[in-house]
Order: sequence, then C-alpha cells, then structure tokens
Amino acid sequence: MHMADALISPAVGGVMWAATAGLAAYAAKKVQSELDDRKVPLMGVLGAFVFAAQMINFSIPGTGSSGHLCGGLLLAILLGPQAAALTIASILTIQCLFFADGGLLALGANIFNMGFVACFIAYPLIYKPLTANSPSQGRIFFASLLAAVIGLQLGAFGVVLATLFSGISELPFSAFVLLMQPIHLAIGLVEGLITAVIVLFIMKESPEILQKTALGQPLGPIPVKNVFITLLIAAVLTSGALSWFASANPDGLEWSITNVTGAPELNVPAGIHSFFAEIQEKTAFLPGYNVKPPAEETAAASVGVNAVETEETAAWPAVDSGTSLAGLIGSVMTLALAYIIGKGLQRFAR
Amino acid sequence: MLKIEANWLDLRYLDAISTQDTLIHRLNPCVKLITTLVFIIAVTSSSKYEITGLLPFFLFPAVLVALGNLPLSLILKRLLIIAPFIVFIGIFNPLIDHTPVINIGSLVISGGWISFVSLTIRLCLTVTTALILVATTGIDALCLALLKIGVPKIIVTQLLFMYRYIHVLVEEFVRCITAYSLRSFHGEGVQFRAWGSLLGQLLLRSIDRANRIYQAMLCRGFDGEVRLLRTRTLTGADIIYLIFWVTFFMVGRWFNLPQLLGNLLMGVYK
Repeated sequence: MHMADALISPAVGGVMWAATAGLAAYAAKKVQSELDDRKVPLMGVLGAFVFAAQMINFSIPGTGSSGHLCGGLLLAILLGPQAAALTIASILTIQCLFFADGGLLALGANIFNMGFVACFIAYPLIYKPLTANSPSQGRIFFASLLAAVIGLQLGAFGVVLATLFSGISELPFSAFVLLMQPIHLAIGLVEGLITAVIVLFIMKESPEILQKTALGQPLGPIPVKNVFITLLIAAVLTSGALSWFASANPDGLEWSITNVTGAPELNVPAGIHSFFAEIQEKTAFLPGYNVKPPAEETAAASVGVNAVETEETAAWPAVDSGTSLAGLIGSVMTLALAYIIGKGLQRFAR
Repeated sequence: MLKIEANWLDLRYLDAISTQDTLIHRLNPCVKLITTLVFIIAVTSSSKYEITGLLPFFLFPAVLVALGNLPLSLILKRLLIIAPFIVFIGIFNPLIDHTPVINIGSLVISGGWISFVSLTIRLCLTVTTALILVATTGIDALCLALLKIGVPKIIVTQLLFMYRYIHVLVEEFVRCITAYSLRSFHGEGVQFRAWGSLLGQLLLRSIDRANRIYQAMLCRGFDGEVRLLRTRTLTGADIIYLIFWVTFFMVGRWFNLPQLLGNLLMGVYK
C-alpha cells in the first residue's frame, strides 16, 4: 500500500503532506502535554517492535499464502491514538528512508493512509466504542477485526483517490477500486486477526498494560472534530489545487479527462482555442513527440466533421523526424554525459 | 536467510555507509535535505509524457554516487525490490491509453507507452535519490535537519529512539523466529496458533526492555529531552552545492536540455 513518488503529483503530495503535518503537530502537542516521559522510550520500543514484526511472515490458515502486520491499530490500542500516530509516522519514515518503501513526496500520503486512518478513525470510532465497558474476549476479537478491515479499506481508498487525482496512472476509478478494495479486505482480515490475538494474549498475560492505555487516554469530543476539520480542509485544498493545476497545465489532467469522457467540448469560441493553443505551444514538454494537445483537438472538432478528418490526417502522421532525431541524439548524449561525469568524479574522489 | 534478517543487514549496511567521510557526507544535512526535496518536486512535477526532459536529472544521483563513494549495487537492489508494484500499476497505461503519438517507420507508439516509460524513469530517479540522501547523511544528522526545519521535537526524538531500538530488538526477533522455524516443519510462515503467543511474548519482552532502558536513562540524568551534540555550520561548499543543484534542476525542468543538445549537434553536423 506504500505509494511511490513516481505515481503522485506534487499537488496531491503537497496536500497530503499538509494534512499529515497538521495532524502530526496536533498529536505531538497532545502527547507532549500529557507526557509522562516514561512514554517516550515506550513509543520508541513499540515502534521498533512493529517495525520488526512487519517483517515476520504469518501463514494464513486455509491458504498457501502469508501476510504480515501493519500495526497502526495495535499501536493505537497499546499507546492511545496520538502517541500511536507519531509512532507509526516514524516507522513509515524509516521505511521510506532506508528501504525506499514509498517516496519522500508520497510520505505524507502514506502516513495518512496507513497510519492516521487507523489511529484517528478506526480506533476511536470503531474499536473504542465496541470495547468500551468490560470488554469480553469475543468483543475484543470482533472489534479488532472490524476496525482493521474498515481502517484498511479507508486507507486503500485513500491510495486510490490520491493516485487518481495525481493523474499519472491511466487506470480508471472503477477498475482501480475493484483492484484495491478486495485485496485490502483480505489484508485487513489478517491484520485484524493478528491484532486480536496479540491483544488477547496481552490481556491474559499482562492486562495492566491495556488498562493503563484505556484509562490514560480518554477520548474527548475535540480530537474527532479536529480530524474531520482537517479532512475537510484537505478536501478543499485538494480540489482547489487540482483545478488550478488543470487549467495551468492543459496537457495533463484535462487531456485524460477528455479521454475518459470521450467528449471534447464542441462549441467553445475560437478565441479560447487559440489561447490554449498558445499556452500549449509554450508549455510543450515533448516537442519531439508531437503530443496531440487537447486544444487542437477541440479546435479541430469545432470546425466540422470534414475538417476534422483533414486536420487529423494532417496532424497525426506528420512527426517531424528532424526534431525526433535531435531529441534522441540529445538524450543519448545526456545520459552518456551523466555517466562520464559520474565516473570522472569517482576517480577524482579517490 | 530470514526476510527480517536480510532487511536488518541492509539497514546496518546503509547505516555503515552513512558514516563515511567524503565530500558529500561532510555537507550540511539541511542543505542535502532541501536539495533532494527540490529534486523530487522538479521530477514529479514534469508532464506525464516527459521522457527526454527527465534524462538530465540522472546527473544528480550519478554525481552523488560517485562523490559519496556509494555502492551502486545496494541502491539498484532496493530499486528492483520496489519496482514491481509501481510497474504493475503503470503497465495499465499502455493498455488503456492508445492515442498514437509517434511513428517510427511502421511502428506506432501510443501515449500510454510514453507515459509508462516516463513513470519508470521517475521511479528510478526518486527511489535512488531518497536512498542516497540517507546513505550520505545518516539518521542522526537527518533528524537534526528535521529539527532545524521545524519538526516538533517529540517526533524527532521518537524517530531517533525507534531507530536505536530497532537494532536492539531485531536481534532478539531474529533469534526467536529462527528458534521457531527450527522447531516447526511448516515452511516459512508462523502458524496461526502461534501468532498470538509468539508476537505477544516478543511484545512483553520489548516493553520490559523499554522499562529497563528507561530506568538506565533516568540513572544517567534523562529528563525527557534528547540533546544532539552534532552541530553543523553552513560552509561555502554547502551554499555552492545548493545553488548549483537548484539552478540545474530549474533549468532542467524548464528547458528540454537533451533536445537543445541534439539540435546543437545536428546543427554542427549540417
């Protein structure tokens, strides 16, 4: 579920970073105010515990495959949501830095989808109410399973939305949802099972650990409200940033939207076309490929059916081999230069 | 070897590399962090059909690998481990986007293939630079940089604590999992019946350990603050590094350098 930088656009990455940073700052303030500096080493050790536990394979009964723990929910149960949020954020940061699991730009989105959803939504809204008074074994089991499944479904949906808004993958929304949600249903069930058996084990062996968390972290009305406000701000920011990007960069999003709907606007006055064509000229990132700009497409379409055909035939196969060749030669030279400079510096460094 | 053990060795290796003393390692961590972020934004913000314009950006990892004396194999290995998932998502582009954009003889290449190649190039660029950042900086200095750019202290402290504890705990985990797999005949994974007790025991031990460490820290005067000794100053080299790379990324982002170079060469040839 780790998103990579290659699949995310700076606008979406930035918005997710902003949302994550806001929530993390809130969690940090909250944890710092009710610290108990005993908790600092405990957060560190439990973070390391989840980090290591994620690398253990658990064979799933009845199937040949194996799964592993994600840990957001477990941390929330053991530490309380705010401290757990900081802990899972640090786990994902270490994974990003040392294992390149998810990129730096996508880190905000990853922390949000894989950590904060579990800590700020699944735990307080599902696990906590279900296990509120005198939790029985069955209740804990059921609550962990449900919270993990819903948390992972929401997280996976977050990945789908972020990827979709980034516009780099061509996968249509429905296909991506059908791809991600069922897989994460299975992952969520495994996650819930592992969380449940660990919590039940701890309850049997050393129940005071769980009681401490349950007492020490009362769930006031404010945190949940804050989360929703943050989510709302994030949504507004996303749509704002996206519409801005869409208009400034016609060949990215708008083109794919045109492709999806299959219906370019037909009766827009010519002035706008020439304006967009001009922008397109200026921002043509791929001159050598003759990428067909949407503005031309709509311009051609508005002229009439016959004109479309002539325009199309004129525009399409006419790849200027001169510029393409220049691009190709230049690319080879650029890579060669990068290699030579690297090699030269290596010698110089010794 | 167990997966957990292999990953741990990688972690140790990267940690060892980050303590080298080279031109790049000596640079200010803040400068390196900011440069890497600018690089990633420059790469990810370029058009989804960009290929040639992305190529100059390979200079950055190439120079850093060379000057930082980094083993290329480690970085490429990580890239290969990460790649499949991204490539899996990306491969849908050629399947869905059939818009023809370029003809080479009778071969028609669709927009989907171009965006797929572009995505793969981005993947290579972003993954390598993120790894290079930590391999040339190290977690301590990086945390210091995070602190300097305004990340709350408790987050940084938590990151440092956790990183230290990983090394402490993983050893124990490896022992425990090895013991389990030697005594079981079920192949790789841990069986369902053992899930709770195995992880639960490890968890209890970890918490005990946290308490012991905490007591030991109290004995040595811990008051909830982690004080980082290393302070770095901004030198001339840092400023040159920052200005050079940021300028290079800007130029590479706004001009298609390979195209210009190609035009130049073709002009000379004519």
